[in-house]
Amino acid sequence: MAVAETLPSLTIDGVPLKVKLARAERSRKLKAVGLVLPLFAFVVLTFLYPIVVLAQKSILNEETIGRLTRTNEALANWDGVSVPDEAAFAALAVDLKQAQERREASEIAKRINSEFSGAMSRFKSVTRKVADMESGPYKEVFLSSDEIWSDPALWRVIRSVSNTYTPYYWLTAVDLRQGAEGLERAPAGEAIFLDVYARTFWIAGVVTVLTLILGFPVAYLLATQPAHRANILMIFVMLPFWTSLLVRTTAWFVLLRSEGPLNDLAEMIVNNRFEMIFTRFGTIVAMTHIQLPFTLLPIYSVMKTIPPSHVRAARSLGAGPFHAFWKVYFPQTVPGIAAGCLLTFILCLGYYITPALVGGPRDQMVSYYVAYYMNNVINFGQAAALGMMLLIITMVLYWAYNRLVGIDKMKLG
Amino acid sequence: MSTSANSFVNFIDVQKSYDGETLVVKDLNLSIRRGEFLTLLGPSGSGKTTTLMMLAGFEVPTHGRIELDGREINNLAPHKRNIGMVFQNYALFPHMTVEENLGFPLAVRKLPKAEIDAKIDRALAMVQLSQMRKRRPAQLSGGQQQRVALARALVFDPKLVLMDEPLGALDKQLREHMQIEIKHIHQSLGVTVVYVTHDQSEALTMSDRVAVFNDGAIQQLATPADLYERPQNSFVAQFIGENNRLSGVVTELNGSHCRVKVGEAGDIRALPVGIGNVGARTTLSLRPERVRINPTNGACANQFEARVEELIYLGDHTRARVQVLGHANFVVKVPNAEGVPDLKPGSTIRIGWRTEDCRALDAF
Amino acid sequence: MKHLFTLAVSGLAAATAFGVADVPKASAQDQLTIVSWGGAYQESQRKAYYEPYMKEKGVKIVEEEYDGELGKLQAMKDAGNVTWDVLDVDMAHAIAGCDEGLLEELDYSRIGPKEKFLPDTVLDCAIGSIAYSTILAYDADVYKENPPVAIMDLFDTAKYPGKRGLLKKPFGNLEWALIADGVSREEVYDVLGTPEGVERAFKKLDTIKKDVVWWEAGAQAPELLANGEVVMTSAWNGRIGNAVKEGKNFKVVWDHQELDWDLWSIPVGTKNIDLAYDFIKFASDPKNMSQQSKYIDYAPTHVDAIGLIDPEIARNLPTYPENMKTAISLDWVFWADNNEELTKRFNAWLAQ
Ligand SMILES: Nc1ncnc2c1ncn2[C@@H]1O[C@H](COP(=O)(O)OP(=O)(O)O)[C@@H](O)[C@H]1O
Ligand SMILES: [Mg+2]
Repeated sequence: MAVAETLPSLTIDGVPLKVKLARAERSRKLKAVGLVLPLFAFVVLTFLYPIVVLAQKSILNEETIGRLTRTNEALANWDGVSVPDEAAFAALAVDLKQAQERREASEIAKRINSEFSGAMSRFKSVTRKVADMESGPYKEVFLSSDEIWSDPALWRVIRSVSNTYTPYYWLTAVDLRQGAEGLERAPAGEAIFLDVYARTFWIAGVVTVLTLILGFPVAYLLATQPAHRANILMIFVMLPFWTSLLVRTTAWFVLLRSEGPLNDLAEMIVNNRFEMIFTRFGTIVAMTHIQLPFTLLPIYSVMKTIPPSHVRAARSLGAGPFHAFWKVYFPQTVPGIAAGCLLTFILCLGYYITPALVGGPRDQMVSYYVAYYMNNVINFGQAAALGMMLLIITMVLYWAYNRLVGIDKMKLG
Repeated sequence: MSTSANSFVNFIDVQKSYDGETLVVKDLNLSIRRGEFLTLLGPSGSGKTTTLMMLAGFEVPTHGRIELDGREINNLAPHKRNIGMVFQNYALFPHMTVEENLGFPLAVRKLPKAEIDAKIDRALAMVQLSQMRKRRPAQLSGGQQQRVALARALVFDPKLVLMDEPLGALDKQLREHMQIEIKHIHQSLGVTVVYVTHDQSEALTMSDRVAVFNDGAIQQLATPADLYERPQNSFVAQFIGENNRLSGVVTELNGSHCRVKVGEAGDIRALPVGIGNVGARTTLSLRPERVRINPTNGACANQFEARVEELIYLGDHTRARVQVLGHANFVVKVPNAEGVPDLKPGSTIRIGWRTEDCRALDAF
Repeated sequence: MKHLFTLAVSGLAAATAFGVADVPKASAQDQLTIVSWGGAYQESQRKAYYEPYMKEKGVKIVEEEYDGELGKLQAMKDAGNVTWDVLDVDMAHAIAGCDEGLLEELDYSRIGPKEKFLPDTVLDCAIGSIAYSTILAYDADVYKENPPVAIMDLFDTAKYPGKRGLLKKPFGNLEWALIADGVSREEVYDVLGTPEGVERAFKKLDTIKKDVVWWEAGAQAPELLANGEVVMTSAWNGRIGNAVKEGKNFKVVWDHQELDWDLWSIPVGTKNIDLAYDFIKFASDPKNMSQQSKYIDYAPTHVDAIGLIDPEIARNLPTYPENMKTAISLDWVFWADNNEELTKRFNAWLAQ
């Protein structure tokens, strides 16, 4: 008996059971992996990879990488407060000459200019001067070209930009900057992004709450009406989905205008016109309209799965209508509310077109600035840092939300 | 309709229509006694649930009155009726544990914590689920969920409990077990139970009285034995138990007997129950086990030649399908006891039955 | 046998058909993508250049629109797939695009003699096509009496209450703010070059901040004016001219107009560089260039084209001497140096 217990169990053909089982399981596992692999590859390629690239761009000195190596070396032992010596000037001159030949000098100048305004024209003129010089001394030429070259602040920027990595974009994204003595807050006139983030999350939150307040009763009505009536109502809910975002936003633009129909009505009733277009109010109204189905549908489909007998049971057990709703029906809709609100909140964080068209300058959200840095200023690094920042904050919030609600409890239907 | 002194629930001339066109419940008069187990039995769509929902307060009668304990409750909100209810799919609250489900009606009634605990303990002991207190409904088997639903409907000591096909989702064995259990609980608690089912054997097993529903009206209200032995019309005779039907015309009617002509040659003596005058059409109803094979002379007023078409052996008895009086689907139950003749398909035999076993009912 | 015969004949016919279509002209691949600023401006280019060019050369021109987003070009270049062939840029974008290495350095031997163009418009990476101007415009139906006549009035909300439209960029607005604050047009950039000057300009803008509706695309300005969203607006003068042609009663205030240029450029990485040069040469021909002024109130940059303009039209052009009296010449070097910082500052100011 004792012997039998220590021996491994064998199958009929003598192979140990464990081995056989592992073999059978392996082919099943392979099949499972095969089924998810295409999607996994797709997600890596279209989602994770761009995020990695984005993260890289937000910390790389792309415009100057490998183009200021001599300068970087020459400034290695510089104290950061005095005017650098001839060696540093010479290194910069050689780097600039080389960049000029490769048509890269302006890019370097622009990168430095974005941290030190006015560097652009000084770099251009000095580059033109040193391009004709065979050899030094260069310091004279620089200093006589413009007094800016004796400013240690400029040289600190040059040294920082000649490194491979830069904290500049991330610091800007949180309204900080590197001063002579470590980090300092950006001056009031330039600090903007903390405000923009706060605003982005505030607007997203308000819109989420509004869609919930408006959407919940409608979802309830939809879920409890007989099919034919529910279907008609459903068409009204889905209608916005059948028109493009731009069309809907433009429609709101027309509606909210100071000469628009809503204001005509207000004029008639209360003899006054209201400022609705290009305001926070307009932005929130339009976004709420667009987001309503996203919040409503998960709630609706969860409600559809709650049998009417639950509320009846509660009533028969002695609960009044409100008590039955609040203690029995409502808790069962929470997974739908959680899913709908999360969906809307996260979608709201990325809004761009709607605030741009119906909002005022104080209603622009993070995406607006990401697009702005991408398209208009061609500062991909700053755009990437802002985008990554949004991603990180969203992920932290998501984590907190998960702790609070529990993602496994969330239901889309 | 006189309301007897010990009647607990009364339906008086109750009608119900959902769409304003058809009556789902037609002119219902029903009096339920205190402490009784009454079953509403009928085919699907016959209005049983609607009747129950009106009693529970989830539907309003279109016409008529419903009384509970001598008080009209037509306009009383469901939660004020103090009626326990078990739903077909149990309607347990999935976000609450067993304990919380049971505590719900008690908490609503603002009972002290200790009393709530005691009542929950008692109710769970009654359905033998004391270990399952902390589980959620999803962690219980179907039978266990059913018991929790039962316990929840009883835990607040209602005087009346309604059950709408509560065993419909269980398999046969469990269902039969629960039938007995519910019956025992009913007996030990003495509550009044109104039970809905479309399963006639369930109705016969459990009930004190059964109201057979068809097409929105009660066809017969009687004890299980009465229903089986003395069906008042051909629907009830057909719906409950097995039944041979022969249709014919009344040729003679005198007091406790009548004669009915079936086909060309048949002349059958029967017990008049629901027939018109001489010349009216009627359906004769005869239970298969009341037919005798090779009856001794004089024992049966009705005797006919029959040909055996088919035999099915069922252990305790054999079902014989025979052809008699031109009817090919006439069934005879032959007990497998000593002294019973050996039958062979194709052979001709004599069968017979007594006048009082053959009921002349309304033409079907 | 009969089948074979039919087959042979149809084959021959098909071959002939292809042969005929294949005359040595432009082939089907000859397609040029030209990107410009949309609206009335792009329409004038279509009539003056695109349509005649397509007719004459048998080349298909595909039009695209942008609002100065060179970032798109950068992204295309990074991805190694530049689909733009010719790009219409204003002065700021011509300089920025050249610095970024996004625009080809032009080979003028393939376009025409440099000295025939207004000297300001001959750039390393772009060659001028028209002069346009940022001006103040108003609806004459709203101001029947005492209309605004100067940039000062843009900032005078007491005398001219109501919303005013402005381009959502610091560029141009800061200059006007200083002018309205009493700085002479010759000294604008000296003042703006100091931190105090910038402060002063934003302070002046503060006085109208709550009354401003900001526009971003050229077509928005006349629209805002037309649907009553604003009582006056900054605009590109040609857009206003075209609205007038469509029946609007809009008027241009030429006081302190800000003259700028539109120029042709070629993105680095285009697959149709020869065709792009050919098109720019065609568009820079004085006879062709003089046509555009018929469709929009912008002035040619080729000296020979200036003489070909109808005097009636010439009066509405930004370069008309009467209109030029107080014109501000924008300082491109200043803006190349300070655009990024001032824009940051401007955005922060907007968001406050
Ligand atoms: N809420 C309702 N609305 C409309 N018709 C209903 C509703 N409930 C039941 N009915 C109809 O009433 C009739 C009786 O239904 P019901 O009382 O559920 O029968 P049973 O419980 O005996 O199967 C059926 O024809 C059914 O279709
Ligand atoms: Mg039912």
